[in-house]
Amino acid sequence: MTSVDLAAGPSGPRPKRLTAGRVGLYAFLVIAALFFLIPLYVMIITSLKPMSEIRLGNLFALPSDPSFYAWAKAWSSACTGLNCDGIHVGMLNSVKILIPSVIVSISVGAVTGYALSFWRPKGSNFLFAVLLLGAFIPYQVFLYPLVRMLSIVSLYNSIPGVVFVHSIFGLPLMTLLFRNFYAGIPIDLFKAARVDGGGFWAIFLRLMLPLSTPIIVVAAILQITGIWNDFLFGLIFAGRENFPMTVQLNNIVNSSFGEKEYNVNMAATILTALVPLFVYFVSGRWFVRGIASGAVKG
Amino acid sequence: MNPRLKRFWSAQLALTPAWLIVIFAYIGTILWTVQISFTSSKVFPVSNYVGFAQYSRLFASDRWMISVNNLFIFGGLFIVGCLVIGFLLAVFLDQRIRAESMFRTIFLYPYALSFIVTGLVWQWTLNPTLGIQQTVRNWGFESFTFDWLTRGDRAIYVVALAGIWQSSGLVMAILLAGLRGVDGELWKAAKVDGIPTWRVYLHVVIPILAPMFVTATVLLATAVVKVYDLVVALTNGGPGISTEVPAKFVIEYLFQRQNLGLATAASTVMMITVLCVLAPWLYWQYFRQPRSAR
Repeated sequence: MTSVDLAAGPSGPRPKRLTAGRVGLYAFLVIAALFFLIPLYVMIITSLKPMSEIRLGNLFALPSDPSFYAWAKAWSSACTGLNCDGIHVGMLNSVKILIPSVIVSISVGAVTGYALSFWRPKGSNFLFAVLLLGAFIPYQVFLYPLVRMLSIVSLYNSIPGVVFVHSIFGLPLMTLLFRNFYAGIPIDLFKAARVDGGGFWAIFLRLMLPLSTPIIVVAAILQITGIWNDFLFGLIFAGRENFPMTVQLNNIVNSSFGEKEYNVNMAATILTALVPLFVYFVSGRWFVRGIASGAVKG
Repeated sequence: MNPRLKRFWSAQLALTPAWLIVIFAYIGTILWTVQISFTSSKVFPVSNYVGFAQYSRLFASDRWMISVNNLFIFGGLFIVGCLVIGFLLAVFLDQRIRAESMFRTIFLYPYALSFIVTGLVWQWTLNPTLGIQQTVRNWGFESFTFDWLTRGDRAIYVVALAGIWQSSGLVMAILLAGLRGVDGELWKAAKVDGIPTWRVYLHVVIPILAPMFVTATVLLATAVVKVYDLVVALTNGGPGISTEVPAKFVIEYLFQRQNLGLATAASTVMMITVLCVLAPWLYWQYFRQPRSAR
């Protein structure tokens, strides 16, 4: 895996005292930071304003009388087309999709990566090559036949169906993560375990799995954010009753009838972003490790 | 059974889910999609083969040509924008600055968001009636105009802007890790020789970072081809069809316009394009040298 340790400290040239260049440097960084923060700021203050204040058109002005009215409405009574149950329905669906998808995709990926790394039975190279290509091929090619296959086994328009789809398309990245991680474990360790009579599963469960905690954390971060943020699979495979939060959010904002309630829209948007933002802020450096190892480096 | 054989049998057994997925969900679906693309299928797949008729219809369709054109505009701006901004951020962050981790956190957080969230936030911020345009007018600049989101000839640039906002942090993170791997002696040597810093970056550091640039570009390019939710949330293809993209074209013709033949032809074209670009790179990356004997 690419070694990513930002803690190593800066490597650039040693700075001189406060110079014009130094001031320019900070100015650039602060302006960049503003560019990245403005949408977040706008999203939060808009959600705290009443519509009368929003109609004045002062996007950046702080709310004169902050209220959580829009949040409450977004949560429990915002309308998506015909239903007006708020976005909490989508949040529940997202959780129901997320948990099994994360567990299944990581388990299958770990076993596959382990088998490909240490055992390499016949056909491993071919399997790995197809998986790798699969990671890059646009999903549009797979969609229609998958819909048909899933309807044959009555999984289309159901939560198990969408979990299945997430597991299928999570497999390449998960396999790659674990394969590369196991490639860094000394082969002698594996050979010693074989000499001691360890079988496929015994070595996996008793030796490899306990060593795998770091990569399991990375895999979990990637899958939690990835699956939570998914829109396409939820839209196509989950069915109307089980739409995840992202799909519901888009329905609330982009197909609402009558006057648009921007404060409710923004509150719903923040609510949808909360889970990945929480994972991001809590995981910190691990998140960076995750995206860098997702960078497909053998 | 021979114990050696049994062990490999259990490895093969453990790979069963992966094999099933590869055979049915990947290879099987691709073959099926390609097969449908040569038929005249509309709502249901039929086996009336029409050769390349769907492909010629596809490339005669305005909507598809606009989609392809948009993909190139968006893709070019998005990849170059992310690489340039990401590189600048990484270099500036690597100058022993204060509060580095705070800046890093700020630059990367959009990458944790869904494209739907990104699209909706920018749709609101840039909407001409109540967004930035009106705000700046209220500040006294009455003639300030920024209505690209509602202009057919400019909206695709807004999509690129939102994409760059979301993904520059990714490039920053990858390149910053690379910069941290640059040998400190390099800077001392450059200083002794009196070489200006910017030249060291241009002629020494960027070549050292080349593999990281390649990695970042591949990641971004993958996102470009897949771009769908960002457009759905930000413009929904509009105004008119001015921000349509191929991924959206396929989904619409599959599930709303019920034209399977045309949709599968479009997705086949997408796949072949990606494969042509990727196959040499993947081969080079993974199969050039066999891994040490295992």
